[in-house]
Amino acid sequence: MKLLTHNMLTSHVKGVMKGYPLLIKATEVKVNEVEFNPQFVSRMIPKLEWNALVQAAEELGHRQDLPGELVSDYEKDEEFLKKVHRALLEVEVIEGCLQCPESGREFPISRGIPNMLLNEDEV
Amino acid sequence: MATPHGRSCFQYLFHLAQDNLDFRLPEIKSLLALTGKPFQPSGNFKEKAPFWCLDGLCEEDVRGIMARSVCAKSAFELWGHGQTHSELRTSLLKYPSENMSPFMHKESTYRINVYTFNKTLEFTDRIKRIDALEYLPFEGTVSLKSPQHIFCLLEDYGTEPNNIPEHPLYIYFGRWIADGQRELIRSHSVKNRHFIGNTSMDAGLSFLMANHAKVKENDLVFDPFVGTGSLLVACSHFGSYVCGIDIDYNTIHGRGRSSRTNQKWRGPDENIRANLRQYGTEKMYLDVMVSDASKSVWRDAALFDAIITDPPYGIRESTRRTGSHKDITKPADGIYGESHVPVSQAYNLSDIFTDLLNFSAHHLVMGGRLVYWLPVYSPEYKEEMVPLHPCLQLISNCEQTLSSHTSRRLITMEKIKEPEEFDRLADPSFSPYQGHNAFREKYFNSLNKRCGKEENKSDINGE
Repeated sequence: MKLLTHNMLTSHVKGVMKGYPLLIKATEVKVNEVEFNPQFVSRMIPKLEWNALVQAAEELGHRQDLPGELVSDYEKDEEFLKKVHRALLEVEVIEGCLQCPESGREFPISRGIPNMLLNEDEV
Repeated sequence: MATPHGRSCFQYLFHLAQDNLDFRLPEIKSLLALTGKPFQPSGNFKEKAPFWCLDGLCEEDVRGIMARSVCAKSAFELWGHGQTHSELRTSLLKYPSENMSPFMHKESTYRINVYTFNKTLEFTDRIKRIDALEYLPFEGTVSLKSPQHIFCLLEDYGTEPNNIPEHPLYIYFGRWIADGQRELIRSHSVKNRHFIGNTSMDAGLSFLMANHAKVKENDLVFDPFVGTGSLLVACSHFGSYVCGIDIDYNTIHGRGRSSRTNQKWRGPDENIRANLRQYGTEKMYLDVMVSDASKSVWRDAALFDAIITDPPYGIRESTRRTGSHKDITKPADGIYGESHVPVSQAYNLSDIFTDLLNFSAHHLVMGGRLVYWLPVYSPEYKEEMVPLHPCLQLISNCEQTLSSHTSRRLITMEKIKEPEEFDRLADPSFSPYQGHNAFREKYFNSLNKRCGKEENKSDINGE
């Protein structure tokens, strides 16, 4: 699971009011090189919850020097876009789980794939 | 190549493949919309014909369309046309010489092709056709192997293979601009794909869907019933970043029985990511998840540029969602083991479409498109059966016939407004899709009636 995906996910456990962002408990994290595409990163930034991205990268020990605040004029700031690119697309959670911040419900991640299915009594 | 000014007043001839006829016009219109150009057919436009003449384009627009289209075979800058060779001659001689000369001067090399639709010409007849064009001021040298410019004489003998006329119905002459992407149908064939399932979407239709969805470079595309990811393969080829979910754990993890006849189990690296890797687009892969399309896991925002999917109809894949009708017996400690598989229940087709449209209204960007297949029991089909949504405008609705009684329709919708609280589906009860197996029963019953195998009915209806 990439952090771009994580940034878009929320807990859907019944009755939960504040299910975002999901906490990440990782036991295996990998960094896979992905071709840098400044246009795509620039397009994604307005869709991001910036704090959630910084927090997630921090939790995984891959924040590096990703700034706490979104910089202005980021389209032209290639160094900055590269940092965002790395956090969004290259850092991947291979094993672990996502946890609903309110209910504590855990969603397992195995072989890089989150399992978001709820049980029959949770829907 | 130098492009003289004022080239936008040229007319372009498109040669289209004579299959999936219904899907061609929406494809070309979508690709035109991507370049911001209107669809301007000239004079006697016939949608089902193999040749279309379009106005209002420049060469760059045409190249852009041909770099995407799986319906168009080739495109030409039209120099002349007519119902007979003498009409063609008159038309060609009227064509401004300044438009021709850049491609016919002394230093140029060229070749002339003769193409006939619905008739095969003898080699000698082809040569005769070329010789008859001597009135054109070709000054360059013929090069059959690597010409700078290719010209084409196209003769249309109609669309009735059992009634081929002696003389062509219409003749065109033009300069070849580009070929379409028909080659993708072969190069991306499911036959040679690494990871497939029982319902993997055919390569040609996958690319068509991506075109109807207007996916483009740097888009974010989502498939809520991703299966083996055929649609993601197509979208990633056009430069979109892709993600998907499926309720089936085995499919997402690439486990379980193989869909190939000569192989019992899926191999260790049979998954969607490996499919993208096979075609060199792994960099466009975001994620796939095991998740239930009826229970959205996405935060409330317009995240996706396109949603493109082939929902299960219960024919070859069952329609399921998590949940149960039964009283649930929870383990005493309240904790399910890791191996627990949630009970799933029937997912009515009408609910699938209601959920899909509502989801799209919320999660598509403005102007983003939803493209999906709607199964149809043909004898009862009416246009009113196509689900509508106040935030989504119906763009096209194309039929693909599956059997004498059934077909599926490719529905394309575009988001035109942000949903407000009351913007739920106007009428969520599309009567034909209400019962869980309503479509499935009709589908199989019609098959059974045709085969006279009424005795099988009880087996098929038994869930």
